[in-house]
Amino acid sequence: MSLDPTLREDPAEPHFLWLVLSNRSFLIGAAVTLAVAAMALLSFVWTPHDITNLVVADRLQGLSWSHPLGTDHLGRDILSMIMIGARNSIAVAIVAVVIGMGVGVPLGAWAAARGGWLDDVLMRFNDLVFAFPALLSAIMITAIFGPGAVNAIIAIGIFNVPVFARVARAGALSIWPREFILAARAAGKSRTLITIEHILPNITALLLVQGTIQFALGILAEAGLSYLGLGAQPPMPSWGRMLFEAQTRMIVAPHLAIFPGLAIVVTVLGLNLLGDGLRDLLDPRLRRQR
Amino acid sequence: MSLLSIENLSLDIAGLPILKDVDLSVEPGEVLGLVGESGSGKSMTALTVMQLLPEAARTQGRVTFDGIDILAAPEEAMCRLRGDDIGMVFQEPMTALNPVKTIGEQVAEGIRWHTGANRADAEARARAILDRVGLPEAKFPLTRFPHELSGGQRQRVVIAIACALKPKLLIADEPTTALDVVLQAQILDLLRDLVDENRMGLLLISHDLAVVAEMADRVTIMRHGEVVDAGRTAGILTEQRHPYTRRLAEASTHVPARARTEPSGEDRKALLDVSGVTRDYPGRRKGFFSRAEPFRAVDNVSFSLAPGHAVALVGRSGCGKSTLARMILALDRPTAGEIRLAGEALGDKSEAELRSARRNMQVVFQDPYGSFNPRHRVERLVAEPLHLLDKRPTAAERREQVAEALHDVGLSPSDMDKFPHQFSGGQRQRISIARAIITRPRLIVADEPVSALDVSIRAQILDLFADLNQRLDLTYLFITHDLTVARAITDEVMVMDEGRIVERGRTQEVLKHPRTAPARALVDAAPDLERALAARRGDKAL
Repeated sequence: MSLDPTLREDPAEPHFLWLVLSNRSFLIGAAVTLAVAAMALLSFVWTPHDITNLVVADRLQGLSWSHPLGTDHLGRDILSMIMIGARNSIAVAIVAVVIGMGVGVPLGAWAAARGGWLDDVLMRFNDLVFAFPALLSAIMITAIFGPGAVNAIIAIGIFNVPVFARVARAGALSIWPREFILAARAAGKSRTLITIEHILPNITALLLVQGTIQFALGILAEAGLSYLGLGAQPPMPSWGRMLFEAQTRMIVAPHLAIFPGLAIVVTVLGLNLLGDGLRDLLDPRLRRQR
Repeated sequence: MSLLSIENLSLDIAGLPILKDVDLSVEPGEVLGLVGESGSGKSMTALTVMQLLPEAARTQGRVTFDGIDILAAPEEAMCRLRGDDIGMVFQEPMTALNPVKTIGEQVAEGIRWHTGANRADAEARARAILDRVGLPEAKFPLTRFPHELSGGQRQRVVIAIACALKPKLLIADEPTTALDVVLQAQILDLLRDLVDENRMGLLLISHDLAVVAEMADRVTIMRHGEVVDAGRTAGILTEQRHPYTRRLAEASTHVPARARTEPSGEDRKALLDVSGVTRDYPGRRKGFFSRAEPFRAVDNVSFSLAPGHAVALVGRSGCGKSTLARMILALDRPTAGEIRLAGEALGDKSEAELRSARRNMQVVFQDPYGSFNPRHRVERLVAEPLHLLDKRPTAAERREQVAEALHDVGLSPSDMDKFPHQFSGGQRQRISIARAIITRPRLIVADEPVSALDVSIRAQILDLFADLNQRLDLTYLFITHDLTVARAITDEVMVMDEGRIVERGRTQEVLKHPRTAPARALVDAAPDLERALAARRGDKAL
């Protein structure tokens, strides 16, 4: 009653496009992410050199016009390998996030909708998966099914499930007591229908932001697994294995480690900035404080 | 010289005019009632005095408090004034206290800051003021946390913080709007006593003319940021010279024209039949295996409603009336007892089996802001219950039905493509009524449907309820703590107290001659414009 309407609906609230353009972390994050994605896509049609063509005479070259980032111990072009490696990293991270969301969100939403013992069981099982170090479970999975990109994806995906389940459950629990949900229940809608129609649209922002964060973590995890030789197998290049191969030649050819390392750092940083920016843009409360 | 005087105050925020040439003054020991509907600028006037305006605010005019020019005072001077010479009490006691600090710390904090007293002295003074506001040591030690207190007790703590240093001026912004009538009466009594004791000036902001008529020596009535009427309370509210004053007074005692339905005999069977309904909630978990005693929210309640009747379920907050409503709506299951709608038992049925019952009963909630999914358009919101029909309407039929429902509640069919935030509170409540009547139900349960609305809008919504009652032959169960609502549109009243229905009777009779103590408490505590004015005139005659 005493709340002035000017406080509820700010007539001076700026246009959304303006908010996007004035959000620096979102812009930088989006630019970096798009650049990495573009590089990965470009690698399907063109790379500076053919990386299956080993020219041992050109091994361990420094930076030059024909090899802007140098060559490795087999004479392969580093820039080309990083471009193709981006493909691999992005694919693994995307599929892992999709698995995590696809399993985790329904589980979390179901737990929130049903409550009671089902909620307890689901969430305690989640805790169990969560308590396992991700890398350890990945090693276990690859130890059983053998190394390879597909198994890396499954391992990282399983690690994502409890994360999304928790976020979805927490978000859904905050929406359930609202009056429009009661109204929908009075209209006879089932819990499943209410979850689809009312709950999920109101927690998408939350899930989207968590998605970008998990995406960044997925790229890191993929690099970690490849470093241990549990990710994509040769000759498919990957950032993590490039780092591993560079390890023994650090003194002679430091660029072998520097560039794949930079690729990982820049991509993860870009995704984190994107996530931060998205969170600020999608949360009206934070939006107003700026 | 006045304690607080505001002359020609104009305020705009980011270029938007909020206040225009506002004049008012408060004398020591006087209560000034500041009345207006939402958006009239009454809260902004208070925030100007406190200098707590948003940054984009620009002010003009003069505000003098105790000889100090407030608009020109630097921030440090204002910090010394706030909480020391000027205290403020807010509307919402649930959020006005810091949940991680004890009440003792929160009261002592201001004392220490302003007087430089040491911890022990400050706590002793905090203890004294808490005793004074009715929170005695034995039951409310300083170490209590806000969540351990009820709404009324928290508001007492807020008042204790505001009055700890015996301010010269207390600003109370809708201090009782979030409380039920009995608590409201207690808090108003407390404020009045504090004014008398300390010769404090009180600026009481309210939308409720009856409250102001009981409390204030003088009133100032605001509308659209301007003062429209001001003077002695009795004079202003009795003579009602200004048309807006008259409109406010009429709206707050408004009774919609409706033919009273006589309680018919046995010929019409009860539409709703509640028998022996009880609802227990499990007690708080005390350890891993033990729980506290279960809490009985509704205790063996039985009643029936005849079709076409409007019945009010009144009671204080926490008496179990909302729990009972949820069980009637089959949103919650009774622990024991049975509820029948049109002869059909609702207990132990699956959602699919409840479809026909749900078609026949719908609900209207209190908060017109929270009862819609903000992401859907009006068409989809209003059409939600259509999903209960056995034959799904086509898109065109659906639009037609929504248009008809919107027309029924006085909105335009073209409104169906808008989002809920594009409507005012009153319009949203109309949308929520449209949603409730779209399946042509027979029973509408309304949970405090007008208590979040301004008086003039409240009168319109009550008219709408009365009109629909006759046109669509609706049966109403109104859940409210506000007896004026009950008086306005119901035939019968049921009084609920601690989970039981203690009294039931014709509305006029119960309100005039309550038989039980809980009913009497409600009736006595309810602010009443006529009674307050009569008392004031009586005072003057003496």
